[in-house]
Amino acid sequence: MLRTLAVTGVLALLCACSVTPTASSAPPSELVVFAAASLKDTYSALGRTFEAGHPGVKVRFSFDGSSILEEQLAQGAPADVFAAADRATMDKALAASLVVKPVLFATNTLTLIVPKGNPAGVTGLDASLHGKKLVVCAAGVPCGSATAKLAGLLGVTLAPVSEETKVTDVRAKVETGQADAGVVYVTDAKAAGSTVDTIPIRDADRVRNDYLLGPVAGSRHSDLANAFVAWVTGPEGRTTLAAAGFVTP
Amino acid sequence: MIRPPLPRWLAVPAVVATAFLAVPLLAMVVRVPWSWFLALLTTTSAVDAFWLSLRTCTASTLLCLVLGLPLAMVLARSHGRLATVGRVLATLPMVLPPVVAGLALLVALGRRAWLGSRLSLLGVDLAFTTGAVVVAQTFVAMPYLVVAVEGALRVAQDDFDVVAATLGASPTTVLWRVTLPLTAPAIASGAALAFARALGEFGATLTFAGSLQGTTRTLPLEVYLIRESDTDAALALSVVLVAVAVVLVAVTAALGRSWGTRR
Repeated sequence: MLRTLAVTGVLALLCACSVTPTASSAPPSELVVFAAASLKDTYSALGRTFEAGHPGVKVRFSFDGSSILEEQLAQGAPADVFAAADRATMDKALAASLVVKPVLFATNTLTLIVPKGNPAGVTGLDASLHGKKLVVCAAGVPCGSATAKLAGLLGVTLAPVSEETKVTDVRAKVETGQADAGVVYVTDAKAAGSTVDTIPIRDADRVRNDYLLGPVAGSRHSDLANAFVAWVTGPEGRTTLAAAGFVTP
Repeated sequence: MIRPPLPRWLAVPAVVATAFLAVPLLAMVVRVPWSWFLALLTTTSAVDAFWLSLRTCTASTLLCLVLGLPLAMVLARSHGRLATVGRVLATLPMVLPPVVAGLALLVALGRRAWLGSRLSLLGVDLAFTTGAVVVAQTFVAMPYLVVAVEGALRVAQDDFDVVAATLGASPTTVLWRVTLPLTAPAIASGAALAFARALGEFGATLTFAGSLQGTTRTLPLEVYLIRESDTDAALALSVVLVAVAVVLVAVTAALGRSWGTRR
């Protein structure tokens, strides 16, 4: 008898474990937004104002690399809105019918940052970088392909000591003084504040990184999802994005 | 002595636990595009990452042996508060989140750090070098060796070392001729575990050493990077890492058995 009880108990526990996560019956007023890591600050702020403007609505975010989020959506992750930091990722999501009608809501350009006071005396993407520790994004990620494109336009060959997977890792290495210079987005330079000095790169505006967002196909809160997209592309969103250094269309 | 049998219902959670651990790995093996598996593995970046991992893990395992073995021997003979503190310190990197280990190394050995800036004055600049990878790997891997060897020394009941000493052997002779040979299986299995841990090192390397093909981008960092653009290639490389891990764990288990039968 005891044995049967124990077996039943274990089975019941297992059932409970396997059922709970899949049956995440979110309250109808909860909006899940998958957004690129570089949008963390602006989207968190926009989420708060959106909640204030829509009583009873709770916005939850998952911030990560755009392609990682796209992969999660492809695997069936429950989200209502997807915001990607590059067009290629959004095109991939669109081709797989994961999102509906994505729209361009911001662009970002590259800039050079150096530790406060510029101890290595870097003057730009030029000969002053010779022998200095330059950190950039790897070519396989959006900020890295943008960096390669810009270097090509300028006709310079970069010799980085490290090619990071995340632009925030580039920023961190400059902020801590491990690196003498780093190529990051204008928004990252702004977010780093007074820990770094910014050196604008000539012709940087010729390589723009596009940010797109759209409601996730099959979202159970498509009205709310559309409302959030409108919030980001509307005056409220444009003001917040511009303050962080993004260029809004 | 015959032990009483286990209750039969225990098999259920045991099977579930096995499945829980095995299913994700099996899923990965199933998902890998085997038809072009080799092509995915022989890209220059993958090959570079493989050799870099092999070189750095060998170096860090040797460092673990050179520094960790003496520590394990001292700890195995020590009692009291100081020994406890030493034991905690020696095992701490095992349970630290990898990113925390990386940050700790950064604030100690970074270019702006107290120790790091003094090392630079001596001409040793670790930042973004293969040496930084070895430092990160050794930091997280050494505890595995220390714990394995110290444990084996503590349970060793043989009095061969006492006999050797009474026969007039010096402490150094006892160490080389008696203690080390007797502990060899534990040292080997501890070294295999340390190698495995060094191979998997990710967070500390990423935070502390950076990521550059052939210099600091080890296999786990390569997987992390190509995952952004090519899931298939990331899976193929992951399978290689799993295979190496399987071999290392098998070696450790085999050594454990031979150790057991010898005693």
